[in-house]
Amino acid sequence: MQLIYEQSVSGRRGVKLPASDVPSAACLPKNLLRSEAAGLPELSELDLVRHFTRLSRRNFSVDTNFYPLGSCSMKYNAKVLENSAALFAPFHPMTALLPGGEEYCQGTLGMLYDLGQLLTDITGMDEVTTQPLAGAHGEMTGILLISAYHRARGKKKKYVVVPDSSHGTNPASAAIAGYEIITVPTAPYGDMDLDLFRQAMNDEVAAVMMTCPNTLGLFNPHIKEISDIAHSHDALMYYDGANLNAIMGKVKPGDVGFDVIHVNLHKTFGTPHGGGGPGSGPVGVKKALAPFLPQPRIVMDDEGKFVMESVKSGTIGRTANFFGNFGVMAKAYAYIIMLGREGLINVSEQAVLNANYIKERLRDYYELPYDKTCMHECVFSASRQLEHGVHAIDISKFLIDRGYHPPTVYFPMIVKEAIMIEPTETESKATMDAFIEVMIEAAKTAESNPQALHEAPLTMPVGRLDETKAAREQNVCCAG
Amino acid sequence: MNDNHYCPHTPEEISEMLSIIGISSVEELFAAIPGELRAKSFNLPPGISEFETFDRMKAIAGENKSDMLNFIGGGFYDHIIPAAVDHLSGRAEFYTAYTPYQPECSQGTLQALFEYQTAICRLTGLDVSNASLYDGGTACAEAAMMALRVTGRNRIIIDGCVNPFSRQVLKTYLFNLDVDIVEIPPLDGQLNRNALTEMLDDSVAAVLVQNPNFFGCIDEFTELAAQIHAKQALLIASVYPISLGILKSPGEMGVDIAVGDGQSLGNPLSFGGPSFGFIAARKTFIRNMPGRIIGETVDKQGRRGFVLTLQAREQHIKRQKATSNICSNQGLCALRGLIFLSSVGKSGLAEMAILNRDKAEYAKSQISGIPGVTVLQGIPTFNEFTVALPQSADLVVSALLKKNIAAGVPLGQYYEGSENFLVVTVTEKRTRKEIDCLVKSLEEALCN
Repeated sequence: MQLIYEQSVSGRRGVKLPASDVPSAACLPKNLLRSEAAGLPELSELDLVRHFTRLSRRNFSVDTNFYPLGSCSMKYNAKVLENSAALFAPFHPMTALLPGGEEYCQGTLGMLYDLGQLLTDITGMDEVTTQPLAGAHGEMTGILLISAYHRARGKKKKYVVVPDSSHGTNPASAAIAGYEIITVPTAPYGDMDLDLFRQAMNDEVAAVMMTCPNTLGLFNPHIKEISDIAHSHDALMYYDGANLNAIMGKVKPGDVGFDVIHVNLHKTFGTPHGGGGPGSGPVGVKKALAPFLPQPRIVMDDEGKFVMESVKSGTIGRTANFFGNFGVMAKAYAYIIMLGREGLINVSEQAVLNANYIKERLRDYYELPYDKTCMHECVFSASRQLEHGVHAIDISKFLIDRGYHPPTVYFPMIVKEAIMIEPTETESKATMDAFIEVMIEAAKTAESNPQALHEAPLTMPVGRLDETKAAREQNVCCAG
Repeated sequence: MNDNHYCPHTPEEISEMLSIIGISSVEELFAAIPGELRAKSFNLPPGISEFETFDRMKAIAGENKSDMLNFIGGGFYDHIIPAAVDHLSGRAEFYTAYTPYQPECSQGTLQALFEYQTAICRLTGLDVSNASLYDGGTACAEAAMMALRVTGRNRIIIDGCVNPFSRQVLKTYLFNLDVDIVEIPPLDGQLNRNALTEMLDDSVAAVLVQNPNFFGCIDEFTELAAQIHAKQALLIASVYPISLGILKSPGEMGVDIAVGDGQSLGNPLSFGGPSFGFIAARKTFIRNMPGRIIGETVDKQGRRGFVLTLQAREQHIKRQKATSNICSNQGLCALRGLIFLSSVGKSGLAEMAILNRDKAEYAKSQISGIPGVTVLQGIPTFNEFTVALPQSADLVVSALLKKNIAAGVPLGQYYEGSENFLVVTVTEKRTRKEIDCLVKSLEEALCN
C-alpha cells in the first residue's frame, strides 16, 4: 500500500482555512524563516479519508478481533466512555492555573479529585496523584516519591529489588530514577524465591517492586511476609498495578503492606489502548509519602471548592506539564461510576474465571510450567511444540491467519517459549471456545505439519517481515 | 450474580465453565488468597446505566465555564481541528488496538506511525523521529537524558526562557541522578548569551532552549549551535510545531535534538491531555533514542512492511539498561497529529502559521495603544507576546476572567519581579471582534 507521501500532488489541499480578518503583518526577517515549506502531504479530503480508512483495515483491534494479549487487559471499551471524554475537549488546562481560575474549572478539578477518592478505595491507599501519563511513567513517579521519602529521612539508598518475572518497565523505571537493580529469581512454585529475597535485602534497598498477581498470573500468598521483610530494612513496597484487573474488591494492595501503587487506567478501567497509547498511570501513596506528591495538587477547601494546594517544600516537582491525561481519566471515571461496586467485583471474578477456563481447556495440549489456579491470565509454554521445531512465534502467526490477535509471547522471560493469555472479562464463552479450538488445531498442526506453521501468516497484507533488515538499514523516515 | 452487562456470561455458562475447571463456585478461584489478605471493605457506590453515566458526565462538564475566550497558551493552544481528524482517529481499528508487537496484523498502526515519524522529521529538518513520547515537558527530560548518554557528561544548561513547566519536569526527572542542572535567568525575555558563553565548557552535555520561547520571542540559534558543538556538547531545542510552518527549522539551525508538545497538531485542549511529545534527532543518535521506533522493511516476497525496530534499546528487552522506561506512548494522539498535518498539508501549515502571526500582530498593535501598557518592541514574535501592564497582571487577569476572557498568562508566578507582565496568545481561531473585545476589556480593567 502506498505511503501518504506517495499520493501527494503539488497544489492539492485537504482543508480550507478561515479567511483573515486582520491586516497582514510585516514579514519576519529572512534569517528567522525556513528556506522551504516542510514536505507535508498534499491531497484532497476524500483521498485522505480513504488512505486512513484503508490503513485502519490493516489492523486487528478489540472491536474486530479477540485480542488476548497478556498483561495488557485488552477488554472491550464501552462507547459511552468516548462520548463522555469528548465533553471535556474545549477546556484549557491553563485556566485552572490562572489567578482565581479554579472557580471556572470546578467540574474538571472536581472530577480529578473524585477519581482520586475512588482509586484510594479500590487500592487501599491514602492519596493519589493523577499526573503520570502511563504505567511506566507512574512507576518512575512512584520511585522518585520513594527516593524523596528516604532523602527526607537523611538517606538516599542505592538499590531497588525486583523479581525476575517483573515487567521490563519496573527495572527500567527504577534505573532512570537513579537506582541500581537487584533481581531475585522465581522459585519453582512460581513466586519470587523467599529465601533468595531475604538474602538480597539490605538497608541500602530503597524499594521492592512487585506485581501481584505476578506475570505468571499467580497471586503470591506470602506478600504480607515480603512486605514485612522489606519494611524491616526501611525499604518501601511498590505495587505495579498492571494486573489489578484480577483482584478488585478482593484484595487492596494498601492493606497488604504496599506503600506506593500505580494503576493503568487503560488496562483495568476500560479505556482504549490507542495503538500504543495514550494510557494513564495515576499513583497512590500512603500518608507518609503524601508531602512529596507532584504539583499541581487539587484539594477541597473548607467551602467544598476544588483549589490548587499551595506548593509544599518537599514535593518532587512535576512529572508532566499539566494534570495528566485528562481525557483518559474522564473515561476511567465514567467506567468506575457506571460499573460501581458490584460491577467491578464482577470484572475481577469473570476475568479470573475466563483465564482458568482457557487454562483448563488447553492444558492437555500445551505445557503449563506453573500448574496452579491462575488469576486473570494464564501462562503456557510452547516447549512441547518446540520438539517438532515449532516456536511460540509460529503459533502466533497461525492464530493471525485464523483472525485472532496472538497472546503475549516470549514474556515473562523466565518461561521458555512463553504464551501468556489474558482473555479479560468481556469475552463470551463462544468466543473463547472458538479460540480454544484454533489453539488446539495449532498444537495438532505442530505435530502433523510444522511447516504450515512456519509459513503463517498467509492471509495478511504482508507475511513475516525481515526485522534484521529493518534494524540494519534504519529506514525510519520516508526520504524526499 | 451479574451486575455488569459488559460481562456476557449467563448463569448456565458460568456453571458449565466452573464444572470444566472442576470447582463449584467462582469464589474458589480466589482460595489461594489467604483470608487475612482479603479486602476488609469496598465502598464504591452501586453501578448505573450508560445513560445515567453520560448525564453525570455532562453535569460535571457543565460545572466548567464553557464559553471562555482563550488568549492563553503556556504550552497548550486553541487551534482548529479538521473534522476528519476525529472521524479517522476514531476508527475503532486504530483506537482499540495496542502496541504493534505483531506486525502482520498491525500494519495500519505501523505504517501510520512511520508516516508520522516522516512528518516530524520534515517539520523539524532532522533525520530520525520516534513514534511519540508523553508530552512536551517529558520530551525535554528525555532529550536531556539522551544527551547525557551520548556525551557521557553530567551537566545540563537550561535557558530560563523555556516553558517553566517543562523545566520543572526535567528537574524532577533528573533530581535523583548525579546531574548538575544550571538555569540561565532570561535577559529581557531572551536567552542571556553572555552568561551561556561563560558557562559553556567541556563538562556540558547539552543546552536546552525553546523557540519561540515562553515570552513569545523568536530566536535564531545557528551561531549558538556552532559554539556549543565546539565544546562537543549538544543543542536541544523545544519547538512549537505550528510555528514551523514558517520558522527556520531546528535542523537548519544545527540543532541536535528537537522536541515539543504535539497538542497543537489536531489534539483538543481536553484540560491538559492526552497530547503527545515528539522528539527528532540527527541519525547518529538513533541508538540513544527513547521509546518506540518504526522501521521500514520487506517480507519474503519483497512486499514493503513496517515493524517496531531497534527494540534492543527498549525496556521489554534490556530492562534496567534500556534507553528509557517507555512502554505505552501517546500513539493515537500522534496519529491525530499526522492526520492533522496531512489535512492542512504543505501550503496549509505555512498559511496557518502566517494567520497566527497576523492575528497576534494585530492584537499586539491594539494592546500597545492602551495608555500605560508597553509591548516589548524590536524582538520578533510568533503568536504570543509579552506586555507590561501598569499594575499587577494577576489582578487584571482575574478581573477579565469574570467577563469570560482568559486574557493571558501572568508571569509573576514563574519569574521573580515580573508581576506586571502578561503573555498574550492569539491563535487563528480568534476573530478580530474577539481581539477587539479583549483590548476593550483590558482598557476598562486598567482604568479602574
